[in-house]
This record gives sequence, structure tokens and C-alpha cells, in this order.
Amino acid sequence: MDATAIEIMKTAFPYGQFTEVLDTVVIDVPEDKLHGTLARLRNYPDLDFSLLLDVTAVDYLHYPGHTGDRFAVVYTLRNWKKNRLLQVKSRVADPVKGVVSATDLWPAANWAEREVFDQYGINFKRHPDLRRILNHWQFQGHPLRKDFDIENRQICLESDSLEGPIKERLAQNGVDESTIKDINTEVMFLNLGPSHPATHGAIRILTALDGETILANVNEIGYLHRGFEKTAEQRTYNQIVPLTDRLNYCSSMLNNIAYVKAVESWMGIEITERAQFMRVVLSEFYRIQDHLVCLAANLVDMGGLTNYWYLYNEKEASYDFISRLTGARLTSSFTRIGGMYRDFYEGWEVDMENQLKDIEKGISDCLALVLQNRIVHERTQNCCAFPGETALAYGFTGPCLRASGVPFDLRKDAPYYNYEAFDFNIPVGTNGDIYDRMMVRFEEMFESMKIIRQAMKMIPGGPVFIDNKRIALPSKNEVYGNIEALASHFKLIFDGIQVPKGEWYDSFEAANGELGFHFVSDGSGQPYKCKVRPPCFYKMGGFHEMVEGEMVADAILNLGSINIIGGELDR
Amino acid sequence: MSAKVKVVKRKGDTLPEKLYLVEVLKGMKTSFGHFWRNLRDNSRLYVRHYPEQQPEITPRWRGRHRLTTHEDGSIKCVACFMCQTNCPSRCIMIEAGERLDDRDEKLPVRFDIDLLECIYCGYCVEACPKDAIRMDTGIFSLVEHNREKMLVGLDELAATPGAFTEDDYQKRGL
Ligand code: SF4
Ligand code: SF4
Repeated sequence: MDATAIEIMKTAFPYGQFTEVLDTVVIDVPEDKLHGTLARLRNYPDLDFSLLLDVTAVDYLHYPGHTGDRFAVVYTLRNWKKNRLLQVKSRVADPVKGVVSATDLWPAANWAEREVFDQYGINFKRHPDLRRILNHWQFQGHPLRKDFDIENRQICLESDSLEGPIKERLAQNGVDESTIKDINTEVMFLNLGPSHPATHGAIRILTALDGETILANVNEIGYLHRGFEKTAEQRTYNQIVPLTDRLNYCSSMLNNIAYVKAVESWMGIEITERAQFMRVVLSEFYRIQDHLVCLAANLVDMGGLTNYWYLYNEKEASYDFISRLTGARLTSSFTRIGGMYRDFYEGWEVDMENQLKDIEKGISDCLALVLQNRIVHERTQNCCAFPGETALAYGFTGPCLRASGVPFDLRKDAPYYNYEAFDFNIPVGTNGDIYDRMMVRFEEMFESMKIIRQAMKMIPGGPVFIDNKRIALPSKNEVYGNIEALASHFKLIFDGIQVPKGEWYDSFEAANGELGFHFVSDGSGQPYKCKVRPPCFYKMGGFHEMVEGEMVADAILNLGSINIIGGELDR
Repeated sequence: MSAKVKVVKRKGDTLPEKLYLVEVLKGMKTSFGHFWRNLRDNSRLYVRHYPEQQPEITPRWRGRHRLTTHEDGSIKCVACFMCQTNCPSRCIMIEAGERLDDRDEKLPVRFDIDLLECIYCGYCVEACPKDAIRMDTGIFSLVEHNREKMLVGLDELAATPGAFTEDDYQKRGL
């Protein structure tokens, strides 16, 4: 972060302890000053941290050398205009009393704090709706606490009626009890999902309807919660790579890359040039795949099945290339800390170029049907529009934020892997409606192709893995023949890569937005904590605001346009 | 160089777009283009006549596992537990026994993989210091009628042959 900003903050928060970790500034503040600090960071024009990226907590129960309070909460904030990344951290003396909620500052904090409450059992005072979110309502205990046993699975025996939350939401929107009951204006309650083709996964969208208009909406997620973060705490850093495949499964490679990048940044590992270019090529290729799925599904929801085939056929064909490369169609598991699992195969350039040509053809065929089609325009334009400010406040990132006219993209604003060397555009929309969200994705696919083609020209030869015995597994021939190599192979498999003690946050521009990882390491081979900042989660958190006042059919289109992926939403 | 912001143009204001039919007919041209092409020659359709026509499986493919053997048929595995340790889904269960053929000290007396738990990540293959476990059988479709049958054991793992020549497997596309 720039020195001026740090100066301003040091004057504004004399009680804070400042540290710099990677490109994040961390301010440690006393518990009673937490809300005040956050409020100033949000509202002070010089600071302007308009984006609340994530809220999480750390349980220091088993942390070596830790004294003092067991829990701490961490708010991760960003000033997207000036590329300032900040974490505000506060100790929590008593989890039952908790800390003051930041929901009044950023509505994004609503779901984020619910998650902390659910996973760590930390209370947030003045939170409007503090309920469990990832675990079901009958769940006992708080899974991410260190003394919670991972085997303690619990079954939900009865679905949550959600009557309270929906009534409250109705009241907030000015629908009182008498209107709900009156025979002339009676409100109908309708569940969309959890298992419904239109939800593209398992999400429960509870709506209160007046005719076809949505008066109020409350959503329940967590149907796909598998405890990614808890599992990660019991695996070595490399063993987590296959688990990341299952976050956003439409673009598994992007998660693989984002995850290892986060660990590598902390360890100060500079991967080889070839590996960097490989990661760029594959990131962009997978970004296209992700957008293809999203748009294809979105157009099916609109009734345009032909478009689905034009887009999805090419995606299916891409899987042939992907399986030739990685050895699996969906679950790539293709990165390792320190490089790539394998190099490209011989002749990949030809396959890639053919694939890109086919995708281009598919997209242009699809655009020929939809770009100037009045039905598409009328269904999508000015429908479920979300202004830039609101989108930011809800923690939107990625194509959905850019559709609302906010030109924030990590590849432009905090470039990594030589992104500054490529010539490409960041498409942004104007209205933030469904139309913009779709069109921004269409444009992004063309831009990604541009990047791939440039990167393919620039990609150098050489190894795809760094040469460091403490990180890279020795080659198999060495292991078979050489006792020293065998010993280091043995050590790496049994103990894992040793990651220095510390806490850090690192982010990556995934297909859906900012995919971040917040780690705490105790210096061993397994993360002490590994928290994902999933872009979907925050978009779903703003869903009710987007659809209230719109029609049921529009809500379906809207859900498609924000591209909710259950694997990443529920983890 | 580097990224530039570009505002996406909004469509829908022109007369042909408003008239609807003009643009729809143009779109129909594309659909009919596909239709005629597919009618004349359907060989390029994205349809695979599975199972008669099998998908392409390359030596990199992570298929069902097998345990490799020496020329004399004895098992290469030395029951070192590396694969079991490196398995992220903890679905390999090995029991070691004494080995009598002078090749090594140990061999597995039990080697079970729970294929319902397995996520086909290939980490076991990566971990093995003896090239004793491979995922090169080319088997990608596993169907059984009960859970127990999805637990493959030592005999079955050792009896399944590899689907590629040794040379192709060692190169794996490079
Ligand atoms: S492929 Fe992965 S999950 Fe399956 S047995 Fe091997 S290491 Fe375990
Ligand atoms: S298969 Fe390989 S890694 Fe697994 S126990 Fe046998 S020798 Fe060890």
C-alpha cells in the first residue's frame, strides 16, 4: 500500500497496531474500537474502503505460542480504485458477547458474519438476522472451532420453515400482517428449489408473491456444504489442490491456480517463466469455459435451447483437450505448490488453436441469434438492475460488478503473472442489469482469447517446476535410483511442504470474481486455517435485493446471470 | 500494452431490432445453416455413439488403479504406505506382511481401494517410490450394484493390465 494511505490511517487510528503482510496492511485494533474503525475506513473519503471482501475468525486454541484471547475476527477490505488491501483484526474477549456487527456499513457483512457465527460461534451485536448459514439450523456446535471433531456429522431432520425471516423481510418492504392475510391481497409463499432445474444446483429461494411479483425474498444455502475449510485443516498444502477442484467446478483450474498462488506468494516462491505463462493460458481458457456454461444455462432459462447447444457443444469439445492435458475432464488437479503437475503435451498449440476457433464459431452463432433479438432485449434490459454502489456494498466482484459499471479487475488493478504485458480490454456495462451481465461475459470471452493467443506467442521453454528440494518432489527416476532423492521424496509426502508461520490473504481474478484465500499457518505442513473468499457467496447475499419488485421469471434469469456455483457457494 | 476499460455497447435501439422479425429471420439463417449442414453430412455432429464408440483415453488419463508386477509376476509394491499417506480422501487401506522373495522386506497382504471415496486425483501414483501403483488401466466407467463391490482388492488390482505400451506411458504426451 502507498505510504500516504498508511500515514492517514496511522493518524486516524492511533490505537491500532500496523503490520504489512504481502500487499495487505493489517491493523490490530481493540475490540471496542472495531466498529468505529470500520466505519471510518468505509466513510472517510480519503480511505474509501467501499468493498468488504470477507469476514472471518481465527480460533487460536491450539496455535503454538499463543497467549490471550482465544478468538479474533478479521475483516478484509479493499479500496478498488487505489488497489489498497486492508485487514482489520480484533481480539474477541468473549464469543458469546461478541463484537459489533458491520452490517450497517456494508450489507455484505450480513452473510459474512452469519458464516462466522455459524462456523465459530462468535456473536455479532446489532446484527439484523444472525442465523446459521452453511450448516443447517438443527446443527449443534461450531465446526471450525479447533475442539470440534470433524467426524461429528449431523443430519437435518426437518427443513427450516423460514417463516420468521420472510415475514420480517415483508415487513421491511412495507407489507404488514393484515395485507398478508386479507383475501384480496393475500400473499402467496412459493419455494423455488432447493432441487429445481432453474436453480442450477441446490439453493432454496423462498419468495412471497403478489401475483407474479416478488414482494420479498429469503434464500437458504448450504445444501452442498462439505466442510472444505475443516477438511483443509487436516491435509497437507498439496493435498488440498484436488479439493479446490470442487469449489467452482466449472473452472476447476482457476481454483487450483488461485490456491497455489496464495501459498506461493507467502513462501516467496517465484515459479518458472513457463509455468507462469501456462497458468495464464489455462486461466483464460477456463474463464471462457466458465462463461460458456453460465451463458448457455442463462439462455436456456430464457427458452433459447439452440443457443445452449452452440455454446455447450464447444465446451464439451474443450473437455477433450482438457482431459488430454490433465488426465480428467472436470477435476483438473493440475497445479502443485511450486509449479505445474505436468507440462503441456506435444502438439497442444494446434489443439488449442482449433479449440479457440471452434469456440469463436460457437459464440458468433449464438450471438447471431441473441445479440439483436428483441425478445432477449425485453427480457434482460433494465431487469434486476444493480447500480455500481449497491453492487460494491454487497461485495460483488468480477463480471457482475463490472456489468454495473465498476471497472475493477485484479488482472488490471493488481496484476500478477505478467498480465501487464498483455494487450486486452476490461469490458464494463452501464446499467448493471441482466443484459449487461450477459454481454460483459460475451466480451470477456473474446478478450480471454486475445490473451491466450498473445501468451502462446510469448511462452518460453524450460521447466514447469522450480528447483527446490524442500518444495518440489524429485523426479521419479531419481527416486527409483538414489537414496537421497528417496529420502526427500519420503519427507515431502509424509510431512508436506513446510510453510512458515504467519497469516496472510491473497487473491486471484477467477471467472466469477475475486477468489481469495485467507491462511493461518503454524509453521507445519498443514494449514492451521484455510478460508476461501468465494465470489458467489456475496452475489447470492445480494440476490434478494436484486429480485424484489421483479417477476418470478426474472428471478430465474437473474440467478443464471450471477452464475451461482454451489460448490463454491457452500464449500 | 496492459488492460484498458471498454464500455459494452447496448443494442436494441435500431429499427430492424425493434421490428423483431427482420433480426429473427437473420437468426433463423444461422439455425438453418446448421440444419442443412447436419442433414447433408452428419459425421461432424458432436454425438458419440457410446458405448460402441469409446471416448479417447490418453496415457495421462487418471483411470481406475492397478498394481504393477515384476516380470516374474510378483508384486512391485513394498507396502511402504506412501500412497495411503498421500491420498487426500484416505481411501487406500494397506496391510503389510513379510516378503519371502528377497526383493524386499515387505509386501501388502491387503490392498483395498474404496472407489466410492476415491476422487481420482492421482496423488497415490505421484507418491509411490516403486512405480507399483498406476492409473493407466483406461477404465473410466465403474458400475456396481452394491457398495461392497466398489472396494477393489489386491487380486483385482494386480490382475488388471495397463492400457498403454510402456513407452507411451512413460512419455505421457511429452
Ligand atoms: S486417486 Fe487420489 S483419491 Fe484415489 S486412491 Fe489415489 S490418491 Fe486416493
Ligand atoms: S503402492 Fe507404492 S506407495 Fe503404495 S504402498 Fe505400495 S510401494 Fe508404497
